[in-house]
Amino acid sequence: MEIFSYGFMQRAFAAVFMVGILCSTLSFFVVLNGLSFMGAGISHAILGGMAIGLLIGTNPLYMGALFAVLIALLIGYISRHGKMKEDTVIGIFFSTGMALGIMLISLRENYYPELFSLLFGNVLAVTGADLIFLAAVMTGILLFVSFFFKELLAVSFDEELARANGLPTTALYMGLLASLALTVVVTVTVVGIVLSSALLVIPAATGYRLSSNYRTMLPLSIAVGLASGLAGLVFSYYYDIPSGASIVLFAALIFFGSFLPALAAKAADTWRKFFPGSPF
Amino acid sequence: MFLNPVVETKDIKLSWNGYKILENINMRINTGDMIGIVGPNGAGKTTLLRIILGLLRPTSGEIFIFGRSPKKLGKLRGKIGYMPQRPFFNRRFPLSVSDVVAMGGLTPGFLGKPFSGIRREKIRRSLKKVDLLPLEKRPFAELSGGQQQRAFLARALCKEPLLLFLDEPNTGLDLPTQHRFYSLLEELQKNQGVTIVVVSHDLAMISRFADRLICINRTMHVHGPPPEVLNSPHLEKAYRCEVDIFYRREGG
Repeated sequence: MEIFSYGFMQRAFAAVFMVGILCSTLSFFVVLNGLSFMGAGISHAILGGMAIGLLIGTNPLYMGALFAVLIALLIGYISRHGKMKEDTVIGIFFSTGMALGIMLISLRENYYPELFSLLFGNVLAVTGADLIFLAAVMTGILLFVSFFFKELLAVSFDEELARANGLPTTALYMGLLASLALTVVVTVTVVGIVLSSALLVIPAATGYRLSSNYRTMLPLSIAVGLASGLAGLVFSYYYDIPSGASIVLFAALIFFGSFLPALAAKAADTWRKFFPGSPF
Repeated sequence: MFLNPVVETKDIKLSWNGYKILENINMRINTGDMIGIVGPNGAGKTTLLRIILGLLRPTSGEIFIFGRSPKKLGKLRGKIGYMPQRPFFNRRFPLSVSDVVAMGGLTPGFLGKPFSGIRREKIRRSLKKVDLLPLEKRPFAELSGGQQQRAFLARALCKEPLLLFLDEPNTGLDLPTQHRFYSLLEELQKNQGVTIVVVSHDLAMISRFADRLICINRTMHVHGPPPEVLNSPHLEKAYRCEVDIFYRREGG
């Protein structure tokens, strides 16, 4: 197929595949812990880190990753030990990081294309080095999550009991925040800052809607993440639309589509109520 | 068997922003006791329980569980069951009833091991004790409030504990269920020698089952067997109102 014959498309598919798995896995914990604003906050705040990367001439992903992890841990620390609520702290870092990023990028000449690419993503520009970084981040995070899965689940459900049982709840929570921060950074390469938080919510929100047990919710979330990523990329290639928007819209389509069976059943019930003898 | 006292606190004091939350809390709880910690709302009952469990650091004072500091319990944590107060939690969390119970047995010894490492028989035994075995595979979200409370008790029993802490376990239970609940606790105490500490605002119900009551309101006002505590003038001082409860020992 023609679509697979280009090197940039092969790299794009590899990136979307890895980000799809990673985002859906983390979105499982984002939805269960109510961390969607944290995802949105980190994704916007890292503009500051990426801008520093651009200014000093390194890969913006590396500085973005460092910045994101630091901000996530700082938000976690302040909200746990300070006197401020988590959403207040996120709100402060969200806008400060964004403002810092815009200011630093504006120091460069012809900065609009770079800013546009960071804000809305450009999966076709993913390099081999980006892919290696993405694979390393994915491997590390998946190892962490699979090794501590039941402990992370226990902390998400009832942190008080997990602490009483002697589990290292603060370390687990900080590990989860650091994983979330790194996931946000690699997601930005595919869908950009503005849309990345959608991929951290929609896959697991769909899984949560359709299942009553985590054993089915997690695979469903991953399936939604992968399907929307791959379908969105193919669609964007053939119809020449931005891939980030296309991927997020496919995810949203699956989410809203998940309501259809229940709506159809309700409509059928209503129909039978008004037309009892109807063959339909 | 552990030497008495199983739980001991010495001069516990907790202050927050200059306010005294708790002070002069001295108590000894022996093996096989059933203790009721009572007091009005905001008296510091839950805070005291959290300090004993090592979840909150007191401003001063010492705590010993099984003769050790709560921070140095190590594997002994596996002998302590805890049922926290549950004012807020996600009732739609995607777990089955047996998953919730299994979490009670999740101690650091299981770090990195699969969930199935928590023995199935222990989970089933705990569920049987609270009459929830037929619902073990049911989604936790589908249980009624009372059934969820019983599932939380089963979770606390999953470790087959020697020491059990329960924080307001009656919440959401109707009167017959409360009776069954306390009868089960009595059975654990009498037949298996489990030491039980219950925090409760329901003075009438807890006094029927507990061997001793400890009444606190920032400090300890009165403690002793229920008839003594219920007739003590210090009780009304702690509650800052008239307390008129007829004492009747369950089964007596």
